[in-house]
Amino acid sequence: MDDGAYVVVNGECPTCALVRPLLGSLPVVVVDEDTESGLETSFGWGVDTVPTLVRIAGGVEVERHVGWLREEWRAFFGDPGLGAELPEYRPGCGARAVEPLVEARLRGRTLRSRRVELASEEDEIEAMFDRGWSDGLPVVPPTPERVARMLSGTVRSPDEVVAVVPPDLVECTVEKVAVNAVLAGCKPEYLPVVLACVEAACTAEFNAHGLLATTYFSSPVVVVNGPVARRIGMNWGLNALGQGNRANATIGRALQLVIRNVGGGRPGEVDRATLGNPGKYTFCFAEDEEGSPWEPLAGGGASAVTLFAGDGVRGVVDQLSREPESLARSLALALLAVAHPKLVVAFDAMLVVSPEHARVFRDAGWSKDRLRSELLALTTRPGSELVQGAGGIAEGLPAGFEGAQLPKFREDGLLIVHAGGGAGMFSAVIGGWVNGETGSMPVTREVGG
Amino acid sequence: MTVVVLDPTGERAPVERQRLARPASLDGLRVGLLDISKARGNVFLDRLSELLAERGVDVRRYAKPTFTKPAPVDLRHEISTQCDVVIEALAD
Repeated sequence: MDDGAYVVVNGECPTCALVRPLLGSLPVVVVDEDTESGLETSFGWGVDTVPTLVRIAGGVEVERHVGWLREEWRAFFGDPGLGAELPEYRPGCGARAVEPLVEARLRGRTLRSRRVELASEEDEIEAMFDRGWSDGLPVVPPTPERVARMLSGTVRSPDEVVAVVPPDLVECTVEKVAVNAVLAGCKPEYLPVVLACVEAACTAEFNAHGLLATTYFSSPVVVVNGPVARRIGMNWGLNALGQGNRANATIGRALQLVIRNVGGGRPGEVDRATLGNPGKYTFCFAEDEEGSPWEPLAGGGASAVTLFAGDGVRGVVDQLSREPESLARSLALALLAVAHPKLVVAFDAMLVVSPEHARVFRDAGWSKDRLRSELLALTTRPGSELVQGAGGIAEGLPAGFEGAQLPKFREDGLLIVHAGGGAGMFSAVIGGWVNGETGSMPVTREVGG
Repeated sequence: MTVVVLDPTGERAPVERQRLARPASLDGLRVGLLDISKARGNVFLDRLSELLAERGVDVRRYAKPTFTKPAPVDLRHEISTQCDVVIEALAD
């Protein structure tokens, strides 16, 4: 922009109408928001009120005044007689550049993703399927306006790189995450949670590449902790692992779509799952922290996501245990079945304890650590039952472990979460994938702005 | 009004879809003849149309508004939904 004085106005503002007769005789360039170029200039300068006086010197803005204040305008133009016939002061009006729809349209132009033009006769939803951008369910077309609105959910810059997404190892920006969050059906306020999920998934520890490529069932299970869960209306109560809550459904889906679209991870290609699991559409829920007898899975009061490589939900029924020892034995039996009852240590598990089961432990004063150590002990078995051929089953550990006592899970391999509706003496076991260096470790990331 | 969306992918592949493999035979296929609107291209395509029609091929005709610009996205969509094969030709 050339050096000089500018005034931003539009045709709807009475204060602009008031000052307009003065403008013809002043050394000022009129930036009219009723023209597209004027609107773009106003947006670029971040003008939120008209009229606004701006002075550019040496290529940078050096002075700005908002509304009509006679003394300010007289000083700005060095004209002590300016506007003598006008009132001393009139506030300005809202600029068009900050009207929500206009702002989204203008902000959309600044985005860097490739533009894809659809034919006018093409159905928008079908077009998304045709281009391979869907997980099999309809997606929301990511128009620049929608993506711009999505980006209003974060303070992070659209061009900031969030992660390098496997399997294609593509640098993924905040903007690309936002595009996929639109596809998934997210609201802008979910975006920081999705960003944290993408960061967690693309760590070496979580190993999203291996998790995608494996023939095993697993895919990311997202547990959300902290105040953000309530703020964005997540579900941790009735049907917490099920359908029907937009935040739960679309945050998990957005993560899957980032891996599919940005990372190039598609079933039948790098995704080699033999059977997969329905959680590969989306698997995300919040922890019931208020109703929990225990400390949260993660966050310590801050908002955080924890990703776990889970294979699906298996229900555990125990409607009769009123003593923690009895209930722990039930849960331990169910946990032994993860992957295969004769395979140990290689697979982690997440145990989702419902309120009615948690009540038994609360009443008995069992801490989460107590429950975990009891479960680890109860799931430790003699190697003689686990070796190949034992029980008439070929699957099992190699010979040589007969004399050992073997834990089902490694020390940190049992994650305990509290969620679910108030009625029902059920809990859920979510089996993990191979842990450790060759597999996936649970990863927690704080949710930022 | 034309809808524009932002590409959600890593942008490693071109947006345009790749050409299909050339069919072994035109039997039962719908063949589009695309005139790019360069002088006398229609002469060539008219003769091609006659020859194909003699063999019982279902021929449809299309034309770009001008040879100087790429085919409009609507025309490309129309051809892609109405034809199995397209022959684009000019005779200058």
